[in-house]
Amino acid sequence: MIRDITIGQYYPAKSPIHRMDPRTKLFGTLIFIISVFLFHSVAGYAVATLFLAGMIIISQVPVKFIFKGLKAIFMILMITMVFNILLTPGEVLWKIGIFKITREGISMAVRMAIRLVYLVIGSSLMTLTTTPNQLTDGLEKSLRPLNKIHIPVHEIAMMMSIALRFIPILLEETDKIMKAQIARGADFESGNLIQKVKNMVPLLVPLFISAFRRANDLAMAMEARCYHGGDNRTQMKPLHYTRRDHIAYVVLFVYLAVAIGFRVMGW
Amino acid sequence: MSIELKNVTYTYSPGTSYQIHALKDINLEIPDGQFIGVIGHTGSGKSTLIQHFNALIQPTSGTVSYNGEDVWAEKYDRRKLRSEVGLVFQYPEHQLFESDVLSDVCFGPMNQGMTREQAEEEARKALHHVGFKEENFDKSPFELSGGQKKRVAIAGVLAMNPKILILDEPTAGLDPKGRDEILDQIAQLHKVRGITIVLVSHSMEDVAKYAQRLIVVNHGEIAFDDTPKKVFAHFREMEPMGLAAPQITYIMHALKEKGLDVDPSDTTVEEAKQDILEALKKINSPLLKGGVKND
Repeated sequence: MIRDITIGQYYPAKSPIHRMDPRTKLFGTLIFIISVFLFHSVAGYAVATLFLAGMIIISQVPVKFIFKGLKAIFMILMITMVFNILLTPGEVLWKIGIFKITREGISMAVRMAIRLVYLVIGSSLMTLTTTPNQLTDGLEKSLRPLNKIHIPVHEIAMMMSIALRFIPILLEETDKIMKAQIARGADFESGNLIQKVKNMVPLLVPLFISAFRRANDLAMAMEARCYHGGDNRTQMKPLHYTRRDHIAYVVLFVYLAVAIGFRVMGW
Repeated sequence: MSIELKNVTYTYSPGTSYQIHALKDINLEIPDGQFIGVIGHTGSGKSTLIQHFNALIQPTSGTVSYNGEDVWAEKYDRRKLRSEVGLVFQYPEHQLFESDVLSDVCFGPMNQGMTREQAEEEARKALHHVGFKEENFDKSPFELSGGQKKRVAIAGVLAMNPKILILDEPTAGLDPKGRDEILDQIAQLHKVRGITIVLVSHSMEDVAKYAQRLIVVNHGEIAFDDTPKKVFAHFREMEPMGLAAPQITYIMHALKEKGLDVDPSDTTVEEAKQDILEALKKINSPLLKGGVKND
């Protein structure tokens, strides 16, 4: 049930994309997102599709896995599409009561849908090929210049990695407490909304207590090992750009140039 | 009245790269009135196994039946099943949530449809059974010690008057005294109330002392299922599974090899003591009587 969430889930494999520096992947995802908003023609989307398909093939992540992440945004997708179709002014194709369907509306809706889907696929490709730890390491190093204006980059990155690390633990804990309470006759399914919320108490109280207990234990363990923030801290696996990343950057810049070119040419 | 598992297989995350076969083709019957020990290495599938007993997880294939009825049949009342087959999870103290001990124990019985008064009566009985002191009934469960919390949590399941009680390592994290007390009380429940007990444990000494039947789970399969004495006779085969017989079994085997006439199948210290004393009496009887030593 709750185990089926794919966003933020890592898919272990040994593809070139998995072995890439996380900074390259972060930057690549950013470029891809920008490109999706730059393209606005069929030809443009074809280029983006080719690029994305190529990346998925190289990443060796099963397509089924990538599409599973789309289930989560299905509702948002439907709502945006409906609103776009009904509320965009322009050349009227059909009219039913107060609802008007316009040519511009349909093209806008399709464009929005493609953008949303590509956005989610692109970013889930990154999280599927990058462990949360690598990801925060990459973020930390990329954002290090912000240290100069007194933004605690290391601390923020540390908080992020701890938060990400605790998601599966807390999910597992939820599962366990839920089962324990079901074994005591608790009912999490039936009843109206107010009853359902009330029935959550036997789940939420122990969950909060356990979250605080874990946070306490972790803080204690970190202090016992003399952790005191990012100053002068070295890393066990420092990030280095390799040939692979240089090639990736070349590919990314060519792709970005194509995207900008398409936009400038108005294709 | 029994739980029966037929060809039960359970797979975690089927169809993905995380796929794990937690249970493989398990056939098992748990008749009324037994005290059963379940042992197995961490990750052997024993926790998954016991969660099938009260329909908390549905087998990937195979059937689980209680009193001859398939518990996964469409119309089957699984809530009723769960009140008859009580399951106490590992670290049950993590499930406490009420503001006082008595209310927490009442949670189960009230879910069964009892009124607050009836539930309180059951709760009081259950708390007495696990040796929890009356003066602490109004305390917050969170200010109790680990052992006391555990008792409250066990009472929480016991108050539902289950016919079968399954306990997943109820003594984890307790000191030896607390451990013996809780196990003795569980054995008492078995004797007095006639409840069927399934005790999952890491400690061979504990299962040897209390269980009449021992199930050894290894890699999702049942490796042995017999009386503790017969199971521990295979102690050399159990070692690769990350398990061992009670220490006393090793001592008795060593003594036997050295020529002392003892029964190597002894599993408890008490039996072994009797046995060794008798064996010594036979050998040393002339010596003990002050006779001449002759080899």
